[in-house]
Amino acid sequence: MKPTSNEYQKLLRKAERLAYVALCALVVSLGLLYFRVYDPTFSLFKENYNMAVAPIDEDKIENGIHLSTGFIDAIGVMTVVNNCTNCHSSKLVIQNRMNADRWNATIKWMQETQNLWPLGDNQKVIVDYLVKNYPPIDTGRRAGLTNVIWYDLKN
Amino acid sequence: MKRRNFIKKATLSSLATIIGVDIVFGANLVEGYQPLALQQPDPFKLFKLDNEMVVLNDKPWNIEAKAHLLDDNITPNSKMFIRNNGKIPVDIDAKSWTLTIDGESVKEKKTFTINDLKTTFKQHTYQLTLECGGNGRSEFNPPAKGNQWTIGAVSCATWTGVRLKDVLAAVGVKNDAVYIGYHAADTHLSGDPSKEPISRGAPMHKAIQDETLIAYKMNGKNIPLAHGFPLRLVAGGWPASVSGKWINRISVRNIEHDGTKMKGTAYRVPKNPVAPGDKVKDEDMKIIESMPVKSLITYPKSGAIVKKEQAFTIRGHAWAGEVEVSKMEYSIDFGGTWKPCNLEKPANRLAWQHFSTEIQFPKPGYYEIWARATDSEGKSQPMLLPGWNPKGYLNNACHRIAVKIK
Repeated sequence: MKPTSNEYQKLLRKAERLAYVALCALVVSLGLLYFRVYDPTFSLFKENYNMAVAPIDEDKIENGIHLSTGFIDAIGVMTVVNNCTNCHSSKLVIQNRMNADRWNATIKWMQETQNLWPLGDNQKVIVDYLVKNYPPIDTGRRAGLTNVIWYDLKN
Repeated sequence: MKRRNFIKKATLSSLATIIGVDIVFGANLVEGYQPLALQQPDPFKLFKLDNEMVVLNDKPWNIEAKAHLLDDNITPNSKMFIRNNGKIPVDIDAKSWTLTIDGESVKEKKTFTINDLKTTFKQHTYQLTLECGGNGRSEFNPPAKGNQWTIGAVSCATWTGVRLKDVLAAVGVKNDAVYIGYHAADTHLSGDPSKEPISRGAPMHKAIQDETLIAYKMNGKNIPLAHGFPLRLVAGGWPASVSGKWINRISVRNIEHDGTKMKGTAYRVPKNPVAPGDKVKDEDMKIIESMPVKSLITYPKSGAIVKKEQAFTIRGHAWAGEVEVSKMEYSIDFGGTWKPCNLEKPANRLAWQHFSTEIQFPKPGYYEIWARATDSEGKSQPMLLPGWNPKGYLNNACHRIAVKIK
């Protein structure tokens, strides 16, 4: 059955509307894609976008963490940064947990074999910082399994 | 101005997708400042690593696998732990690279190019287990000093090269030889050119084993840079630090080799058992030789939830240093009962052995599967931590995974 001219016009308008909807959806999704990729914080709409120039430097501290090394911000942190991250990564310090005696022995070993300079009064500052912020944790003779991430095992 | 800012921001944000995190104040960075993460090369790209590998230390690079990443029978480069004592050498030219054999106990010092080695001596290929002496260190209590390896500092790759014993025979070794020590091209962390980051070795009886190689290939290709390109000494079954990377000299010594990390507490354990946390004098320590019996469940990954009627299989690898694993067992009741696993013979001496078994669970609930290997000398893995030592070596306690049955 052939459509009449009136019905034909209706169909045409319907198609037109559909095209508009599709176009709008495309624009919106492109917009969303743009923000997802380039501006996920929507900072383009924030006022002082151009103004706030707060330089991030190597000594920046945020949420109690010295950002460039990951050290906990506490008394002595900069002494640790300046004396303990020249040769090796801060990651090596953070993953070790020792008491004052063993840290002092480790410093002595680094001075004897690794070219660490004399630390003078800073040694106490450094060791106090490490013992206070990265204390040994007693795990007994064998710790239990922790942080298990559960998942469904498919055959 | 706005446009420029936008471009800078867009670039930084694109970089953020590479680093994997957003640079929160990306738009606010001062000109000329490079975010710290970008100053370091991405280790996953640099070393072509699986993205689940764990970076323990980025200066020097120390990276380990997780148990389930080690499921392959032969460990691929992407899942092989990386352990460095110093900085990885740069600008290596394999064509001009030479290996010199010298020392008090050689008849005459001799130098070989890699091509000399390849054309003069017979080539051999073996699967060889290399485990860091400090693998498992993170579990010791009180904590031991060093990189806190969990379980992933072990690999078994295919190594191709010439036998060290053939090279030593061609050079001529005196009767008073007791030890070989390697020297290599890596550089000291302090930048001091007079210091070697590491120079270890092995007694003559280990040096002249058939499987002790001067290797130039790993898994059939040139050795990857992080694993010692272009030449690596490979001595399977012993602490992996014996297997020197980037080697350019091997000294045949008339004394126990006294290079860096041969003395003090490095790669040494107390001669007699000590209480956890005890101080041990240097003279009361002995060099680690063969690694102890150990095993890993590499499938499934810990945390599996399964239906009770579902068939459940575990598999993994077991190794025992210089000797063979003769028995492999598992327990689902914390050691109350042990049942056997199927255990394969090694591909060659010093290769890890594969095990597997099907497990039936009596009822729904939480389980841990513990795996225990026993070596040909009757020694088994302990369920608790073995003897404490100042540097936290040789933790061969049973590996276990968590499972829930629905």
